[in-house]
Amino acid sequence: MAVEGKTIDALSQFELSPVLGIFGDAVSFSQSNLFMVIAVALTWYLMKTTADRGALVPGRLQALGESAYGFIAGMVRDQVGDEGKKYFPFVFSVFMFVLFGNLLGMLPYAFTYTSHIVVTLTLAIVVWVAVTVIAIQRHGMHFFSYFFPEGAPVWLAPIIIPVEIISYLSRMVSLSVRLFANMVAGHVMLKVFATFVVLLGGLGAVGPFVAAMPLAVNVALVGFEFLVAFLQAYVFAILTSIYLHDAVHLH
Amino acid sequence: MRRVFVLAAATATLPAMAFAASSSAVPVDGMPQLAFGHPTQGRLLVGQMVWQLIIFAALVFLMAKIALPRVGAVIEERHRRITADLEAAQAAKLEADIAMAAHRAASEQARAEARAAVATALHQAQAASDAKAAEVNARITAQIAEAEARIDAARASAMGAIRGVATDTAEALVSRLTGAADRAKVEAAVGRVLAASGRA
Repeated sequence: MAVEGKTIDALSQFELSPVLGIFGDAVSFSQSNLFMVIAVALTWYLMKTTADRGALVPGRLQALGESAYGFIAGMVRDQVGDEGKKYFPFVFSVFMFVLFGNLLGMLPYAFTYTSHIVVTLTLAIVVWVAVTVIAIQRHGMHFFSYFFPEGAPVWLAPIIIPVEIISYLSRMVSLSVRLFANMVAGHVMLKVFATFVVLLGGLGAVGPFVAAMPLAVNVALVGFEFLVAFLQAYVFAILTSIYLHDAVHLH
Repeated sequence: MRRVFVLAAATATLPAMAFAASSSAVPVDGMPQLAFGHPTQGRLLVGQMVWQLIIFAALVFLMAKIALPRVGAVIEERHRRITADLEAAQAAKLEADIAMAAHRAASEQARAEARAAVATALHQAQAASDAKAAEVNARITAQIAEAEARIDAARASAMGAIRGVATDTAEALVSRLTGAADRAKVEAAVGRVLAASGRA
């Protein structure tokens, strides 16, 4: 599958295919969406188990759920303040959706839905729209003063306002492309080096020895990818929190 | 153990999904993520976005309405419990401190009382023994005085008897020697001798 002839095919891993037979085909439900459902199910299972146990002294699973809760709750409190409390479930959902997307992608045969720009862009647009709606709800027309910082000379307005608007709009792009590019790059590298292992391994007697090098690289890459999986989920969540801060406090 | 089975089942079924991945009849040019013009991929990409919105909305709903409030309640309950326990411990410590102070005061008081009682008892005993000693002294003094009086009386009576005996003896001697004795002269002579020897 990965090696067709002598070319390296690192991209076919990102192809979508319908699951659930004819029903999935009819409603364009791909394996990517199936993994989203798995991610939601895992998140739900984790948090529900945490709540159901409800032990005073938590076990391992409950401690995991509570530390996830505490981590994001602390992040939202630090970034947004007490007004951010009602947006916490949203930030938590964003974090868990990205985190489980990245982590599930590390399982063999699994599909990494965060490696699709459509997915990351959709998520970024959801965040951007939510932040903008919250800002307009809280500040009404005053929200538009966000694009012109207080105290700036008025004659600079023709420069500052377009720049601010572009930077506000580019949040969607930077948020989505960062995650997408990280996941694609990681998975392409894993695939390329894995293909090297197969190609070099077939070179007769010396093959296994030469193939050990890309294998070692892949072992390191897997560890690195786990780091990236957490880091990108963290980055996505903290940027969402920072944007929420801007929406709530306007600068 | 149950979790291990679930995991095993998942790893057994996942390959089946993955192998379906490159079953596309038309080859995909470039990145599949951007193959919007591809007959099947383009459709699936749009479907992926729609399903994502539905699934993500479900996640937000589940977290916001059900799971997170309950987890928050668990954490809040623990926090409340710890605070209550700390407060109880604080109160208990305060109580113990008060009890300790009361105990210390009580033992201090008891010690003072005991000291006072000992001092009183000592004082009383001293007084009693002093009184007894004085009484005994007085009795002894009285007995001594009485005895001296008796001795004096005895001596006086003895002295009185000496005069009589000496007079009688002297009269008898004189009458034996001379045949006759003047009782008055003898008495006078005895009286002189007694006076001379200081025994009168």
